[in-house]
Amino acid sequence: MRVIKLIAAAWPQFLQGTWVTVYTSLITVFLGLIFGSLVCLMRMNKSKILRAISTVYVEVIRGTPILLQLWIFFLLPAQLGLVLDKYFCALFALVVNSTAYVSELIRSGIQSIDVGQTEAARSLGLTSGQTMIKIVLPQAIRNILPAIGNEFIMMIKETSLLSTFMIGDIMTVRATVGAAYFLPFQALIIAGIIYFVLTFSMSKLLGLLERRMRQDD
Amino acid sequence: MTESMIQPNDNGLVKGQELIRVEGLHKSFGKLHVLKGIDEVIHQGEVVSVIGPSGSGKSTFLRCLNLLETPEEGKIFFEGVQINAKGVNVDIHRRKMGMVFQQFNVFPHLSVLDNVTLAPVMTKKMSKEEANETAMGLLKRIGLADKANVFPRTLSGGQKQRLAIVRALAMSPDVMLFDEPTSALDPEMVGEVLDVIRTLVKGGMTTVLVTHEMGFARAVSNRILFMDGGVIEESGTPEQIFGDPQSPRTREFLSKVLF
Repeated sequence: MRVIKLIAAAWPQFLQGTWVTVYTSLITVFLGLIFGSLVCLMRMNKSKILRAISTVYVEVIRGTPILLQLWIFFLLPAQLGLVLDKYFCALFALVVNSTAYVSELIRSGIQSIDVGQTEAARSLGLTSGQTMIKIVLPQAIRNILPAIGNEFIMMIKETSLLSTFMIGDIMTVRATVGAAYFLPFQALIIAGIIYFVLTFSMSKLLGLLERRMRQDD
Repeated sequence: MTESMIQPNDNGLVKGQELIRVEGLHKSFGKLHVLKGIDEVIHQGEVVSVIGPSGSGKSTFLRCLNLLETPEEGKIFFEGVQINAKGVNVDIHRRKMGMVFQQFNVFPHLSVLDNVTLAPVMTKKMSKEEANETAMGLLKRIGLADKANVFPRTLSGGQKQRLAIVRALAMSPDVMLFDEPTSALDPEMVGEVLDVIRTLVKGGMTTVLVTHEMGFARAVSNRILFMDGGVIEESGTPEQIFGDPQSPRTREFLSKVLF
């Protein structure tokens, strides 16, 4: 089996690639959550200008392919006369992308909470900020946690696009190792197995978490 | 804990004193004109039931009293302050107006105890310990002390509504507003909720109750408001309204709901 031979020869590189893929996805979704909350606040703001800016941002990001966005942020620094680390450019593009999607998730989560919850809290004399933090957001986040997990799984797969720029993720390793050992097909199979194990175990974990949460609901 | 736990605190208000005053209230939802000029005064210690057909504006009127609905026109005074005037912080006044909703609106992500202690602690009315003690006393009164640490999901409708009532009482309000508190309940649970309200009313709590429970309204109220078409069509003692209604529309409505 040439696949096994290739694993035996190149497992440190694949392990390294897996690590790059996992931490890039984690950082992206984590930052996406933080900035996504801010964008969501802008989208639900009273100010028309903030609403307009955030809406345009979300629509443009969701309406264009992520590969194109990666290229834009890859070439943009040079256009501006800047020299930036290529990993930083790629991460920036991913965060800009994820923020748009996560902000929509959070918005739908907030809107899924019955208005009666807000009314009850306000009738008790809580301020609108206290109501958001103590009543609406905890329930909203609980509702969208599965979707955020899905966003993480999506991101694991989407980081494969980083190989276009040889960033060192699983697909980058697949290309270099495949070429070095003249086994491009076998390298692809190994990469596929790694992605599947990552996403499958992640979605199983999510299912478990969801069931646990429903229990004490 | 004693009976007094479920009764209004000594708020220094004199019985019969004006508590809520409504002047020229108008409210529309889009093109729908729901309230068409309401003038009403609720006095300290009064128990006022609002009855009338669906769509008559009863609930909207009640929800205007603590500004869950913002009226387009008119003035609402609570304890002498016009709470719908510009620059008034309504949150402070809402803390003295308890409200109970048709759909309970208990907080599903908080334990029964935390449902009750949240507002007193968040509004810095009480320390956490004090709020816990008060809440346990209130829960004991309604027979839910053993449920203090469970989540509302496991409660019946009647238990949820009783929880919603003590959640409001934990803020020691000067008035309680009930918005059809038994309309979403299974018939066998209506009694237990009405019992809690009855105890409260007997203890002297100023109460405004929107309800379809005519028998209950008649039994506990000092005054009945009959609303129809966005106005208060008739107002009087339960004996007057149920025994000798003056307006033809009141008569028509009562003939349909009383058998």
